[in-house]
Amino acid sequence: MCLAIPGKIVAFHERSGVRMGKIDYGGITRDACLEYIPEAALGDYVMVHVGFAISKVDEQEAARTYKYLAEMDQLTELETPEADLGKPAKNTT
Amino acid sequence: MKYVDEYRDHAVAQKLVSEIKRAVTRPWVLMEVCGGQTHSIVKYGLDYLLPKEVELVHGPGCPVCVTPLEMIDRAHAIARKPEVIFCSFGDMLRVPGSNGDLFQVKAEGGDVRIVYSPLDCLRIAQANPEKKVVFFAIGFETTAPANAMAVWQARAQGVRNFSVLVSHVIVPPSITGILQSPYNRVQAFLGPGHVCAVMGYREYEPIASRYHVPIVITGFEPLDLLEGTLMAVRQLEQGRVEVENQYARAVDHMGNVAAQKMIERVFCIADRSWRGIGIIPKSGYKLNYEFRDYDAERIFEVANIQTKEPAICISGQVLKGLKKPPDCPAFGTQCSPQTPLGATMVSAEGACAAYYNYGRHLVAVDSLRQPMEAKA
Repeated sequence: MCLAIPGKIVAFHERSGVRMGKIDYGGITRDACLEYIPEAALGDYVMVHVGFAISKVDEQEAARTYKYLAEMDQLTELETPEADLGKPAKNTT
Repeated sequence: MKYVDEYRDHAVAQKLVSEIKRAVTRPWVLMEVCGGQTHSIVKYGLDYLLPKEVELVHGPGCPVCVTPLEMIDRAHAIARKPEVIFCSFGDMLRVPGSNGDLFQVKAEGGDVRIVYSPLDCLRIAQANPEKKVVFFAIGFETTAPANAMAVWQARAQGVRNFSVLVSHVIVPPSITGILQSPYNRVQAFLGPGHVCAVMGYREYEPIASRYHVPIVITGFEPLDLLEGTLMAVRQLEQGRVEVENQYARAVDHMGNVAAQKMIERVFCIADRSWRGIGIIPKSGYKLNYEFRDYDAERIFEVANIQTKEPAICISGQVLKGLKKPPDCPAFGTQCSPQTPLGATMVSAEGACAAYYNYGRHLVAVDSLRQPMEAKA
């Protein structure tokens, strides 16, 4: 639960005044909030926990950790579908 | 390249293990705090590599496991309400309450949605203004900044149909609780790496000196855990008591100050109940008074929660490091990840689930331990 996944910042954007980034995790790209790493720059590697960057790491470190998480089958949270914003309807998600 | 890396890792692991064997002269009990660390230790069989003098016991650091049954039942009651969209991290969906889990609530027509990040819930709330969107805010200090930001942003953006069901716990009081127990066996801790990435490790220094217990902040990979174990064993053998940082590549003394500030803005310290353990004073967070309008416990009155826990389950003793999963008569028979009876079997990071998933209900564990080698 407390695991963090390393990824590379490939773009910045803002959502409702919150600083966000596109993070590339070995080919899968997801948004993360960068408010807690204000110094983060394009191309930096960050450790991301539940969609929030919590610390910076170097590239080599990120590659090793990523490999370990894959081995541990701990990358599944990246496969969580994008938030379902839809209206509620019975028997659908 | 992959094989070269693996060969090198193997060589480093062997070297760390032989250093531990060289350092140890008598029995020591170490506790790894975090469920992620437990998972790694059991998967890679790191405890089998260690000399039998070094015993690893597994700590309470699995937030899914320690979320109290009363809170799970409350979550289910809220999720069943027709006006609610109930959002949760995926891990919580199959945690059994007194009557089924969130999947069952969903099957019965509740609108239960898995989210990757708490900020996703805000977007769901904005897209469904006629609904009440509730987020199950669980976790340790690692997750608290994310959940705090969701509440902070809800207020900043004027999102009024969003609330959080808070069940946040924090690590230092649980360590203190374990050390204060008259039955405590733990002599050193491998501290939680990602909790400390957020919080730093200043809070652990008074605990180490007051209880005379070494604490080594440790990462999650096999080599991290072996190195953390070596550092802790060396402290014990040399009679030193310090907070050391094995995980310096992600953790520094102060932690992430911006994240700590957001936690303080939104949350304050509160007594919390831990599943299997009971109430630990000042061991978690609740919303600050100024955010009371975002408190799902206040918004949805749920009365008459009557929890029932199976009497046979020893998960409380497992969480405190007093027992191991195979000590339980139900382990691997009545109790498995498919039909969990208690806290430590409900999440992959719980000690019982880790033991089960890696086949430890099938073998006599102690037969695999390393005999003590002659000193070099």
